[in-house]
Amino acid sequence: MTEPVTEAGDKPVIALHGVGRTHPGRPPVTALHPTDLTVRRGEYLAVTGPSGSGKSTLLHLLGLLDTPTTGRYELDGIDTAGLRDKDRSTLRGHRIGFVFQSFHLLPHRTAEENVALAQVYNRTPRRTRRTAALTALRLVGLGHRTDALPATMSGGERQRVAIARALVNRPSLLLCDEPTGNLDSANAEAVLTQFDALHEQGYTLVVITHDPAVAARAQRRVSIHDGVLSEAGAPVR
Amino acid sequence: MIRIRRHGGAVLPEPPSHLSPRDLLSEALSGILQRPGRSVLTMLGTVLGIGAFVAVLGLTATATGQIGERFSLTKATTVTVTDQPRTDGTAPGANPPSDFPADADHRITAIDGVRAGGVWWPVPATPTLSRRPDGPDEGTGLSVLAATPGAVAAMEPTLTAGVTLDEFAQRTAQPVVLLSEAAAKRLGVSRLDAQPAVFIDRIPYTVIGIYTDVQRQPGALLSLLIPASTALEHFGNPAPQPDRAAQALVATRIGAAPVVAAQLPLALRPDAPEAFTVVPPPDPHSLQDTVTSDLTGLFLALAGICLLVGAVGIANTTLVAVLERTQEIGLRRSLGARTGHIAAQFLTESTALGTLGGLIGTGLGTATVVSVAAARDWTAVLQPATTLPAPLIGTVVGLLAGLYPALRAARTDPLQALRNT
Repeated sequence: MTEPVTEAGDKPVIALHGVGRTHPGRPPVTALHPTDLTVRRGEYLAVTGPSGSGKSTLLHLLGLLDTPTTGRYELDGIDTAGLRDKDRSTLRGHRIGFVFQSFHLLPHRTAEENVALAQVYNRTPRRTRRTAALTALRLVGLGHRTDALPATMSGGERQRVAIARALVNRPSLLLCDEPTGNLDSANAEAVLTQFDALHEQGYTLVVITHDPAVAARAQRRVSIHDGVLSEAGAPVR
Repeated sequence: MIRIRRHGGAVLPEPPSHLSPRDLLSEALSGILQRPGRSVLTMLGTVLGIGAFVAVLGLTATATGQIGERFSLTKATTVTVTDQPRTDGTAPGANPPSDFPADADHRITAIDGVRAGGVWWPVPATPTLSRRPDGPDEGTGLSVLAATPGAVAAMEPTLTAGVTLDEFAQRTAQPVVLLSEAAAKRLGVSRLDAQPAVFIDRIPYTVIGIYTDVQRQPGALLSLLIPASTALEHFGNPAPQPDRAAQALVATRIGAAPVVAAQLPLALRPDAPEAFTVVPPPDPHSLQDTVTSDLTGLFLALAGICLLVGAVGIANTTLVAVLERTQEIGLRRSLGARTGHIAAQFLTESTALGTLGGLIGTGLGTATVVSVAAARDWTAVLQPATTLPAPLIGTVVGLLAGLYPALRAARTDPLQALRNT
């Protein structure tokens, strides 16, 4: 449980080859110019950029929620280009864990039930879901709040429940979209500490943020401006 | 074990996304149960529609059973025989007075199953009625009927005073009269101990009895009854018009009416049975069918409208739920749910709502039928063929109502749904 999957061997978790996204219209809007990006297993990458720069587009492409108009995206060495929605859903359910700015917890369910929801669609037997959910909650330091409803939890606790939900299927990739955007500094710090711990355990993290302080915690940083990705100040392409 | 699937050249080592029926049901039920108030209101239309459906069918069946019983008591034991207008040109009232033989009462009563029977006719013209020999006509609206003792017996009058017409009065053509209560009141006759008389066309008739009710021939409630022989003597033969011609009224034992009706013409006139038209009692079954189809048609239409409203209600609420829960839909998609899983979840929610509404409605409808029947001392009748499948109508309503919202849910764009708010 605490070890991320390694079945894909030494293939990069993310390999973008000239991936771009253009929204059709008059005139067409290019949200992301063709981009090359490789994220290796165990890397902790921060993507920074102002709002409207193309961060969200990149996140959706990486999360298989959107399809690129050009280029090729390989996740764990699997070419996602020819996949139907059914297979993209399968990959999302098994290999990608999402952490959102607004948590997206179901309000009427306890922390444990919210975490277990991530196992409903990927054939996890019902009897093992509870154990897995409890383990994931303990991992994020919430072993004592398993029966709490989201309304009774602090923002930081809610985000950690969401992180536990993203981790419960032991994904190859943890995709975080402004994970501290709705948190005060103390809670944000707790979440970032959690990310550090996950990074140490070997998880692959991609954190998208506009906050330089959040990005500073990452091992590697890329920035995006007007749909152009650049690393360490120099354009990647 | 790792399953390898090939699709479009790609290889996915993991099994495809899946939603087990049990998970589907529990996800759908939790969707219903987390907003119990709204779910109850949503079900209301279906509850009313299916409750009305069950109640209408049950009440109709119950009431029809009662109607059948009522009819079997009076109408089903009445046979009337009318004198058919002659086709050879001679009026039926010439001589003899009608096609009925003189001993018609005897011939009718001789048939097995007849309790009483005889001939009657309205006297021709409109005679003046009064209390005094030269008094003004006080009988507007009243009619004078000539009747044999058997016909009077078949009417089964309820006497409040005096005696009924008997064989003696008929045989000797006595100037006597039997008054209905309405006629007695109009003519000012209240007591019989002074042997009062009324004048019909200035001929005195002694009042021998007053009756309040009749079981057959309700026209007699506004009439004066005189012996048929006396009427022939004073007023002549029955009028030739078909509606004023002589008729026979026959009271039978329960269940004997159809057989008696078949025998009557031959018993009356073996030489000319075609001279009569026999009207047997209405068939109780055909009567019930008419009542049933009339009532049921109307009320089932109402129940159908209720169901339609219920379906629109479920569709509306499910659609609102879909719009409200776009974030949940987006989240589920990010957790690996396929569009079909999303559609199935909302479809199951609406179908479960409809089924639940159907169950409650069937229960309420059944309770209504039973309590109405109990209040009226009726026997509750519920057809299993319509009552047992009634909850399934709710299922179908819920399923149909959920189609469009489920489609909308499946089409929800996870990008939009997850966009930060």
